Amino acid sequence: MTKQVVVIDYGIGNVFSVCNALKEVNVDAVLSGDLNVIKSADRIVLPGVGAFSRAMSALKDKGIDDAIRAFVETERPFLGICIGMQVLMQHSTEMGTHQGLGLIEGIVDRIDSKTTDGARLLVPHISWAQLHKPKSAPEDIWNQCVLPQRNDHNPAYYFVHSYSARPVHKDNLLAEATYGGHALTAAIKKNNITGLQFHPERSGKAGLELLNRFTQI
Amino acid sequence: MLKARVIPCLDVKDGRVVKGVNFVDLKDAGDPVESAKAYDAAGADELCFLDITASHENRDTIFDVVRRTAEECFMPVTVGGGIRTTDNIRDLLKAGADKVSINTAAVLRREFIKEAAEKFGAQCIVASVDAKRVSKHGEPLKWEIFTHGGRTPTGIDAIDYAQEVVDLGAGEILLTSMDRDGTKIGFDIDLTRKIADMVSVPVIASGGVGTLDHLVEGVRDGHATAVLAASIFHFGEFSIHEAKAHMVKAGIPMRMDRDK
Repeated sequence: MTKQVVVIDYGIGNVFSVCNALKEVNVDAVLSGDLNVIKSADRIVLPGVGAFSRAMSALKDKGIDDAIRAFVETERPFLGICIGMQVLMQHSTEMGTHQGLGLIEGIVDRIDSKTTDGARLLVPHISWAQLHKPKSAPEDIWNQCVLPQRNDHNPAYYFVHSYSARPVHKDNLLAEATYGGHALTAAIKKNNITGLQFHPERSGKAGLELLNRFTQI
Repeated sequence: MLKARVIPCLDVKDGRVVKGVNFVDLKDAGDPVESAKAYDAAGADELCFLDITASHENRDTIFDVVRRTAEECFMPVTVGGGIRTTDNIRDLLKAGADKVSINTAAVLRREFIKEAAEKFGAQCIVASVDAKRVSKHGEPLKWEIFTHGGRTPTGIDAIDYAQEVVDLGAGEILLTSMDRDGTKIGFDIDLTRKIADMVSVPVIASGGVGTLDHLVEGVRDGHATAVLAASIFHFGEFSIHEAKAHMVKAGIPMRMDRDK
């Protein structure tokens, strides 16, 4: 039986593309901002584009922040995408300092406007990029997660962002993408919580495969 | 190194593709959604719809096109043409667009870029810069902003304008050389490089592509991070895959995952 995925609707950005992508992999995607629906979901996807502060106030205004905290306690799978991933962190420096959900220790900060060689670096980072395992991470770090497994190919995913999450604990860092010599956080994980900086719903077949894996973990 | 993007652009009028699209096995060559699906399957990195609908009444057809595309294509989609208000932007994003490209409205009132970027995030606001070379041979190079598909001069210096829209919060620049558009003689490399080297956001080169070498030149010599083309893809002259393979051969990193 296909499990149901609740996509949180909180008035931020394009939630329909995530729903469309889930439907494409035959998942019953329910778009909802109802607190009871969120708390009792089998799986949750928190999408979102735009500014961090707007996303956080939208979550708080509707009480969705507490519903997410309650859901995460149940150890059911939670996936945050783009801003939906960044709000998992403690705070962001985007347009002032703003508190996040604090589910994962660390901050969200602007991408450096210089490469590691000191040359100019374009921000936002807009590109299809491949993921790599963080330096010093165990070889099996991608086991049991939504990312392609070791024997799979190494596809590129679509990134579009000006800010980047920086988890404090290395255990929470799942994957990075290189930009201007910097290793940008591409995916984070803590227990049942996964966060992706890139957009699987906009990353062709590779992205659809990833969303499909999320419904199976 | 950053992977460059190849972006096919479809001109849409009253919900149909104009200029014609000539893919093999396309059910309906005038349906933008069918074309979008073909480009998606061929590995396009992004898609651009340009709504050139003349009458206000037919504006809504683009929402239907975007909505149907978003249901079947899983790549980023930019929509441009006729965007005047933040409500227009909200409706397009809601229909499934990832980015909007703003042209005339920003030329008339620059602050519109700032309002749009603050409301929806810089990452979805593309400033469309339509520039025409106005310097004569031997004079220092100079380009001017034109609106209404290159017909109306504005007296605004294109280089200054590009910097201004970036300062106001545009996350990307779609740079079209109006004198090269449709000529198939290649991008205006001087213009592209001048703006790409100056601004801190990605520049998409557009206007003039006739060969696959032109795409290479846009990135290698023009320093653009993405290249946009219409007719070379629509008429089946070259496939997206051929274009990307050619760019890889020239040493430009590209996404080569074939989707389907």
